[in-house]
Amino acid sequence: MSGDIFVIAEHRDGAILDTTYELLGRARALAGQAGGEAVAVLLGSGVAGLAGSLGAAARVIVVDGPGLASFSPTAYQAALVPLVRERQPALVLVANGGSGMDVAAGLSAALDLPLAAYAIDLTIDGNGPLVTCQLYAGKIQAKVRFAGGRGIVTAVAGSFPAEAGMSSGSPAIETIAPAATDDRIRFVDLLRPEAGDVDITRESVLVSVGRGIGEQENIELVEALASALGGAVSSSRPIADLGWLPRTRQVGKSGLKVKPRVYLALGISGAPEHLEGMRGAELIIAVNSDARAPIFSVAHYGVVADLLDVVPALTARLGG
Amino acid sequence: MDYVVLLKQVPDLAEELEIDADGTGLDREWLPFVASEWDEYALEEALLLRDQGHGGTVTCLALGVATGEVDELLATCLARGADRVVKVGAFEAPPDSHTAAAAFAGALAHIHYDLILTGVQAIDDLDGQVGPLVATRLDLPHVSVVTHIGLAHHHTTVTAHQEYAGGIVAEFEVQLPAVLGVQTSRETPRYAPVSRIRQLMKTATIEAMAAGGGPGSGLVIEAMAIPETGSSAEMISGNTQAIAERIAAILAERGIGTAVAR
Repeated sequence: MSGDIFVIAEHRDGAILDTTYELLGRARALAGQAGGEAVAVLLGSGVAGLAGSLGAAARVIVVDGPGLASFSPTAYQAALVPLVRERQPALVLVANGGSGMDVAAGLSAALDLPLAAYAIDLTIDGNGPLVTCQLYAGKIQAKVRFAGGRGIVTAVAGSFPAEAGMSSGSPAIETIAPAATDDRIRFVDLLRPEAGDVDITRESVLVSVGRGIGEQENIELVEALASALGGAVSSSRPIADLGWLPRTRQVGKSGLKVKPRVYLALGISGAPEHLEGMRGAELIIAVNSDARAPIFSVAHYGVVADLLDVVPALTARLGG
Repeated sequence: MDYVVLLKQVPDLAEELEIDADGTGLDREWLPFVASEWDEYALEEALLLRDQGHGGTVTCLALGVATGEVDELLATCLARGADRVVKVGAFEAPPDSHTAAAAFAGALAHIHYDLILTGVQAIDDLDGQVGPLVATRLDLPHVSVVTHIGLAHHHTTVTAHQEYAGGIVAEFEVQLPAVLGVQTSRETPRYAPVSRIRQLMKTATIEAMAAGGGPGSGLVIEAMAIPETGSSAEMISGNTQAIAERIAAILAERGIGTAVAR
């Protein structure tokens, strides 16, 4: 085996995604301790030009083939399994997302390599890699090692600074063709969300609601508060899934990433997927009836109370 | 089209979680278990697809674990409309995802399927998601984070939408048989009356299939801990009025909420 740390690069619209830079920065910092190099693995069709954006890597392996023009779980799996089997990296880092889940678990099962999922930290010490993973919607953290010292890590977005992976450099570029192809999953199209009436990424005050709102009719209470504050209403995933607010108002991993001046989290427990989208807010005030809700770990101010009591009182206080 | 749904139970997060004496696992002695939320979406989606007019059957496979109530889970599946239910394996404690995937894959050798649906993830899948692990063991294509499934008339492919950050969605054409990890269902999972579930637990046939030893996760858990919550937050207490006053003051310091016309 080598001591190399592989980072599976993700790209869209001709640009490397931030989550890839987050992993690359971490790989670069740990490569010395691992006794190898940070290696970016870039799959695509005619993507050699993108390799230049991966300057934080010591080497870039470009797997170039027509079947890799867009992400397909089977095409990626067919290309990556032989590559990882042959090169034997110490670690394979993958962003925890739609495509990352397919890639990482697929590699794990195909290669019998252990997988540590939902990682928020990764270090290397005398006993090898040590991964901190989130479990039970962020209520538990587990520190795990790989039995054989090698493994795959899927990391939660935002766990490492992207800037560390954006440094320029001149990595050695190796271009190969995929060793195998598998077109059982064929990419058809990329669908983008329609623009909403409100762009929550541009609002300076967001009043965000989660399951704690209880009933759809209670959304009115939150709208009244947002209006009193001159802000907009946003939500966690369950509220958008229920159709109580449009998908364009959803904050989090599968929604939008927001950085308002003030983020009021009302009845939002703070699952990792939600925190991913809002932890960068300047001021976070959380109201939740569960004192153990993970949202309080990122909030600046916390209130353990029913939002249905607090919201009308606050709206009245603000003269709304 | 024959559908198989893979389900499991997970600890109910409404209860306080505690770490066991070893400091490497959950204290499960008094822990209530519930169906994994995403598995319920998978079941709902399977029932909707079957009833869209393409017909077929829905078979539910659930891990048999001593700490939970798997019979109740499977009776609930029947009450909601599943055609057949099977308990897979007999585990003392919830197995890791790799072991669970091996158990499901073993059972699937004896069941006909065109499309296998399961929850995209579970709150306890430390060693990865069961869906792609099962798929790889069976050499089937798999798509995770699926938010829409569309059937084709020829029953050789399905359309699946995979969701990414920012609400961007990829549309795939997936050759059957395949495994899809369901993020959400079109409809809220249907309700089944408790009385009906109780009745089915007494009268319905719940099949059982043995599971061989799993490969294990290959992970060594050194420690589990409950992260400090609230440590960074300044907690505001008092009655509702006092809380509203305090929040208004914090916002006013930042010039927010003060410019309201009076």
